[in-house]
Amino acid sequence: MLLRLEPRQTSSKWMQYATPLIAAALTVITGVILFTALGRDPFLALYTFFVRPLTSVYGIGEWAIKATPLLLCAVGLSVGFRGNVWNIGAEGQLTMGAICGGGVALAFWGNEGIWLLPLMLIAGAAGGLAWGAIPAILKNRFNANEILTSLMLTYVAIQFLGYLVHGPWRDPDGFNFPETRLFNDYGLMPVLVEGTRLHAGVILAVIVTIIVWIFMSRTFQGFKVQVAGQAPAAAAYAGYSQKGVVLLSFLVSGALAGLAGISEVSGTIGQLQPVVSPGYGFAAIIVAFLGRLHPFGIVLASLLMSLMYLGGESLQINLNLPLAVTGVFQGLLLFFVLGSEVLVRYRIKLTATPKEA
Amino acid sequence: MKTDQKLQRITAFFAVAVIAVAAGAGLLRADDPLKIGFVYVSPIGDAGWTYQHELGRQAIIAEFGDRIDTSYVESVPEGADAERVIRQLAADGNTLIFTTSFGYMNPTIKVARQFPNVTFAHATGYKRSDNVSTYLARFYEGRYLTGIVAGSMTKSNIIGYVAAFPIPEVVRGINAFTRGARSVNPDIEVRVVWVSSWYDPGKEREAAEALIDQGADVVTQHTDSTAVVQAAQDREVYAIGYHSDMSKYGPDAHLTASTHVWNGYYIDSVNAVLGGGASSTDVWGGIAQDMVELAPLNDAVPADVRAQVETAREAISNGELHPFAGPVNDNSGTERVPAGEVLSDGDLLSMDYYVEGVQGTLP
Repeated sequence: MLLRLEPRQTSSKWMQYATPLIAAALTVITGVILFTALGRDPFLALYTFFVRPLTSVYGIGEWAIKATPLLLCAVGLSVGFRGNVWNIGAEGQLTMGAICGGGVALAFWGNEGIWLLPLMLIAGAAGGLAWGAIPAILKNRFNANEILTSLMLTYVAIQFLGYLVHGPWRDPDGFNFPETRLFNDYGLMPVLVEGTRLHAGVILAVIVTIIVWIFMSRTFQGFKVQVAGQAPAAAAYAGYSQKGVVLLSFLVSGALAGLAGISEVSGTIGQLQPVVSPGYGFAAIIVAFLGRLHPFGIVLASLLMSLMYLGGESLQINLNLPLAVTGVFQGLLLFFVLGSEVLVRYRIKLTATPKEA
Repeated sequence: MKTDQKLQRITAFFAVAVIAVAAGAGLLRADDPLKIGFVYVSPIGDAGWTYQHELGRQAIIAEFGDRIDTSYVESVPEGADAERVIRQLAADGNTLIFTTSFGYMNPTIKVARQFPNVTFAHATGYKRSDNVSTYLARFYEGRYLTGIVAGSMTKSNIIGYVAAFPIPEVVRGINAFTRGARSVNPDIEVRVVWVSSWYDPGKEREAAEALIDQGADVVTQHTDSTAVVQAAQDREVYAIGYHSDMSKYGPDAHLTASTHVWNGYYIDSVNAVLGGGASSTDVWGGIAQDMVELAPLNDAVPADVRAQVETAREAISNGELHPFAGPVNDNSGTERVPAGEVLSDGDLLSMDYYVEGVQGTLP
């Protein structure tokens, strides 16, 4: 016997809205079992995971700023994923954005002005865009697999950042430790709410999301990307350039990942370090699919993902649960959400094992 | 008149109530355990940098029992997340917080400014403030001793060193180790492979294998996992552990290890806060302060080497021997410390050259 996933002819509209609720219910039930088995009050644990991080203004700010880089990267990636273009290297493009934007802050260190931050943002987006263009060009010129090239370029970018902060960009007053100077105030994102870290990058992410939504649903270019993804043959027949779609997807997702990088560096870290992202570019791939590749779905998905990180920390701090347990719980949550998502669109079919196989 | 009296009575009532509540709160606070938070950069596991800090946490629990209440957060990335975790610990009522990795320096300073009544201690950094202390151990002293063991046990005179990042801390360890090895065997050559990660067992293992292929018959590491010791065990060469006693990962290979002991420092810090006398300090203790210790020597190490190590250990402990006593030459032949002088703490903290005996150039 073999298990096979078969697309459903019609997926019920009702189920599409019910899946998140079903997933949430399953998560709560398993959570109760898991935490009870560990000898903790299950409802206190669920409260600590989902609610407690958001019980202060500071916490809500953290929720939003943790979602920001995920949202920027995932919205960009969703454009390519819709068009069947697989950019796996958002993490590298994010890093390149941080390098280019941060480089601007360092280059003008000591004679800043109000113009510095916009310039950093442009440089960050340009850095990510340029880094994203490489796999696109390799794909279009040499038909190189973009999954491999974009992934490998991620490691190149991370090593390059490592070289810079260990070498030429090292803080001259920092005892040779690998980090740059702290940016001055002009190089930092303005804080929106006093007493929190909520910075202007959040607004930027929301604006970008709306623009991408308009682009995908209201413009001819966006339409071409969607056709290329859903029916490549039809797109070719209509004369839409497949290469154009590849390039466009990579430029958009690269630029947005770069923006995420510089927003993170100028918004929350305030300097360049060997590591600027705990894997936002990779997590964003999950976020993009979790949000069904729709900009507004991605907003919700990145908020959920962000809450998962905060909830995990909250469980560790308040209930003394080890990281391994919070990791299992986060994994369960994702498993149920993505699993029920699949089952709404596909059905499991048992087929007889083919004789010769 | 009547209203005045009423007002007076109400005022008096409130005054009494306020005093009662304040007194109650004061009493409560006196009875409440001291809440202490730890921020860890990696999972605790059962050997390595974070594991040693966890041993320190358990030591204070054993020492102070229910007078304290500790919590910890594992695997906190050294970026934007660190600030939130540290702040969360402070906001949740922890009044003593240990941040145990270099990358937490700026976040710790930043959060400490917002919580002047919380005492912070940051490991391995150089920035302090009124309520931020720093602490570090002179790991290089232990490295020097393990270098003596490695230098005595090698036959090929090639020693492999798997290292994470070329920061002064790591370079200092490589140099002290090399000087220890060359103090007993001047023909020693130390080869370094950088893996650009604190914890990546796969890469660490590959690096160790490459060094063994190049003829190294003793390998050591400045990374967090036990992969190098395990590789040595499988390839039947010797290994020197780091951070923790790693002998159970290579019973035949593991000659000894330079280990970190934070227990005493953590107990002192808790005592200072409990006694109300916490002040900003800069602790950099070594063998003399029991912050650095050697793991038990393997049976394969002969008696004369044991004696040699013990003599050096005592000499370092009572200040007669400094691993960087001049003359110290770098590996291009330039004299860094003239004979009769020792390297200053400032120069130790910003070391950016290899000493004689280390192959290659610093990346």
